[in-house]
Amino acid sequence: MKRRRLVNHLMTALCGFGLLLALIPLGSILWLVISRGAPALNLDFFTQLPAPVGETGGGVGNAILGTLSMVGIGCILGVPVGVGAGVFLAERGNGRTGDAVRFTAEVLSGVPSIVVGIVAYGLVVLPMHRFSALAGGVALAVLMIPALARSTEELVRLVPGSLREASLALGVPQWRTSLRVVLRTALGGIVTAVLLSIARAAGETAPLLFTALNNQYWNFKADQPTASLTVQIYNYAVSPYQDWHQKAWGAALVLLLLVGALSLIAKALARNRFGTAR
Amino acid sequence: MGEVAARHAEPSGGRSSRTNLPDRAWAVSLTVFGAAVLVVAGVIVGALWFVAAPAVKTLGLWNFVGSRQWDVTRDLYGALPFIYGTLVTSAVALIIALPVSVGLAVFLTEMAPARLRVVVSFPISLLAGIPSVVYGLWGLFVLVPLLRKPIEPWLARTHFPLFSGAPIGLGYLAAGVILAIMILPTITTISIEVLRTVPGSLREAALALGATRWEAIRIAVLPYSRAGIVGATILGLGRALGETMAVTMVIGNSPTISASLFAPGYSLPAVIANEFAEASGSLQTGALAALGLILFAVTLLLNVIARLLVRVSQKGPARVAA
Repeated sequence: MKRRRLVNHLMTALCGFGLLLALIPLGSILWLVISRGAPALNLDFFTQLPAPVGETGGGVGNAILGTLSMVGIGCILGVPVGVGAGVFLAERGNGRTGDAVRFTAEVLSGVPSIVVGIVAYGLVVLPMHRFSALAGGVALAVLMIPALARSTEELVRLVPGSLREASLALGVPQWRTSLRVVLRTALGGIVTAVLLSIARAAGETAPLLFTALNNQYWNFKADQPTASLTVQIYNYAVSPYQDWHQKAWGAALVLLLLVGALSLIAKALARNRFGTAR
Repeated sequence: MGEVAARHAEPSGGRSSRTNLPDRAWAVSLTVFGAAVLVVAGVIVGALWFVAAPAVKTLGLWNFVGSRQWDVTRDLYGALPFIYGTLVTSAVALIIALPVSVGLAVFLTEMAPARLRVVVSFPISLLAGIPSVVYGLWGLFVLVPLLRKPIEPWLARTHFPLFSGAPIGLGYLAAGVILAIMILPTITTISIEVLRTVPGSLREAALALGATRWEAIRIAVLPYSRAGIVGATILGLGRALGETMAVTMVIGNSPTISASLFAPGYSLPAVIANEFAEASGSLQTGALAALGLILFAVTLLLNVIARLLVRVSQKGPARVAA
């Protein structure tokens, strides 16, 4: 009996130790990004172009703009399809087609992002003969669609059936019930899901490496190579220059702040809408 | 005659289709959106094949997969070093991450107070939300120096053949460790979901028979959720296989095959990330895309298996768990 109790305590301690093992890297990452990144931040960092090697100062303004614009393109292309597919799954997804779509979305969300980069390369870069923000945006859209479809479905399914039945009983046609009652109720949740998928897209690096490439200058055109925060972090990090390493941490802090802010807004929205919140 | 038939048909068929027209349009447009997901899947496969096909045809698939030479200047393209590196780093990641994440999941669902699970779910979701390039940055400037100085020399003293050679920090081990950290939230979160579907009666029956809490977990809870945990592990593996940036930054980028975990290597995603943009000629581009195709096929297969396992296990007593 004593031995069994001992084993019980030992296993509890071991399993609890896992918590520690998970939290140490997290703490270390957050602490270093903040402590090493914060000194790099100033107004110039957000508004200036990258400085050439050897020159101090400069910033990642063009990379921030690039990330925002490519995420924007990704949203325009990806959000309607992703949300639409999610609504389809929730409203009409109980048959075979629904099962196929759901399973495809689940499996697609596991496709490595670098593979999606090759897909965008074949779809956009090859025909256009140049790297472009559009190609980066297409890659992000392809990444957003499956995840968005699944989270939207979950959120729309949370809407109580009684609401729909009440509306139908009042003689409101199906489509208006769907649009005006079910979707309106789920809207807050869907916005949350969209924000979370934007946060994820903003942190993607691999699919941008050979679709948007990079750019040392401001770019306002969708058909030109474009800088992004993540690719900039990568380039700075693997460079041999101390000053650029510092900038990599700074850019990582900016990226984490951007991603964190989006997630926090999403969470706050989810909390405010009772009924659709999780 | 025809006119009579038409008038006869009109009232029922005509009116119902008129009132149902918006409904039907709504249904059709929803279905179009749903079908778009299938189209996206088709486009992924098609575009990948389109880029990779010339190289696959020139090099020959098996020749390509089986060759260990990758020398761009001599137009030699073999996938083996990258497949090997991907497998080794993922295996290291699983060996580290699996016990930790399952232990953590068991701790949070079975042992710790419910409130702790809610509190801890936040940092775990944070861990999952950190962009991979930030993991790479941390790996390059924190993990690699740590491995180089105290950890690898210390492991080398065991004289285990896996831990031999110069402790340079960059290499399979560094990539494996960082992958372990990255897939930990995936495996933990899904395992928690799976463990929570275990009926309380099973647990209670074991406890009522005098089992300690750990024994109840070992006898009743874990066997019941085995299929789901295997599924969670495979999903984690899928993520590890496809992870690009963090691995690229710490694996050392050397297209060689080495038995020691300390040695620098290369992985499928890493070589695509490094060489694709500057690939010269369609053969190199195609060979890189073919590497992507291999990666895609493997992760697709793993995801299908994993999703099926998670589904089976969430539906109830798993046949697999017998």
